[in-house]
Amino acid sequence: MLANFAAYLVFTVLGLTKGSRLGEAANFFVYDTIKIFLLLTTIIFCVAVIRSYFPPEKTKRFLSHGKEYVGNILAALLGIVTPFCSCSAVPLFIGFVESGVPLGVTFSFLVSSPMVNEIALIMLWGLFGWKIALIYIGSGVTIAIISGIVIGKLHLERFVQDYVYTIKMGEIAATEQTFSERLKNARSYTVPLLRKIWPYVIAGVGIGAFIHGYAPEGFLVKYAGPQNPFAVPIAVLIGVPLYSNAAGVIPITQALMEKGMATGTVLAFMMAVTALSLPEAIILKNVLKLRLLLTFFGIVAVAITLTGYLFNAIL
Amino acid sequence: MKIEVLGTGCSRCKQLHENIMQAVIAADVEADVSKVEDITEIMRYGVMSTPALVIDGVVKTVGKVPSVEELKTILAKD
Repeated sequence: MLANFAAYLVFTVLGLTKGSRLGEAANFFVYDTIKIFLLLTTIIFCVAVIRSYFPPEKTKRFLSHGKEYVGNILAALLGIVTPFCSCSAVPLFIGFVESGVPLGVTFSFLVSSPMVNEIALIMLWGLFGWKIALIYIGSGVTIAIISGIVIGKLHLERFVQDYVYTIKMGEIAATEQTFSERLKNARSYTVPLLRKIWPYVIAGVGIGAFIHGYAPEGFLVKYAGPQNPFAVPIAVLIGVPLYSNAAGVIPITQALMEKGMATGTVLAFMMAVTALSLPEAIILKNVLKLRLLLTFFGIVAVAITLTGYLFNAIL
Repeated sequence: MKIEVLGTGCSRCKQLHENIMQAVIAADVEADVSKVEDITEIMRYGVMSTPALVIDGVVKTVGKVPSVEELKTILAKD
């Protein structure tokens, strides 16, 4: 129905020729934009309601009893539902450490929370289908669990900034919200978020539509296809310093994949962009000494690269 | 009353500070509004997601930027 509407708008109302480059690009743009905004609005709202049941204060209490392994798995899963904003990374990290959550478990959470988020999932589901979306969640959670376990095993506690251990944390009075309050809060979360990300979505879909309409079929196969062994690490190296949200990156990667970029390479690139970023590193520098920060980024980057190779080999 | 905006200086924290200033003027209350950017101070309140709003030492909202209207309601309750 949506596809028919987009085609009607582009070919009948705007009078563009079917099969022409401009026509195809415009059709792609209109269809994807409408679809993504419908998905974004409904799902961000629903996720915001679900998330209101998992505030970080509760997650922390839950994980502080956690042991290794089980704790890492729980942390990675809770990372999906606990709201995370990179500006809260510092209080969150200190809160976890202070209440006795093991360092490795804390890192499982720090990896999964920004990487596996509802916006990435909506965009993947809408543009790539549910299979890729599931693969993304599955590998994101796995990377978070494994990276956290490795960091735990390395016993790097002394590379946390010293002042972190001296902070005394207060207890917040837990206020239970009523369901109508949750709905109201979800709305006041969704609207500003949409207002913030819409330019990225439009820009991402626009660039994607341009590639879709104008780039020759298969032009990326030679450079980023499954045959080039360097494609995955290069994609990760480009993705790590990039700071963008999933909303802007995913439409572009979809078009790149269509033109021959291998699936594993595309996944690795998206994960590198969402999980690791320069601004996040600068924020985390407040709580981590350089060595731990580099270890953290290194382990996650290697895990993402291996995941990229894995899916290039099996898909 | 004493109003504190907790946050390490991100854009959402600045937005909350702006909104509460407007709400204070609109609600016409006597208030001393300050920003708390020191992480040790922030943690003392038990807050793990910023920005947070504290009125007379009590944490009112955490990890969100309420609208001016909502803030006026919060101010009215106190």
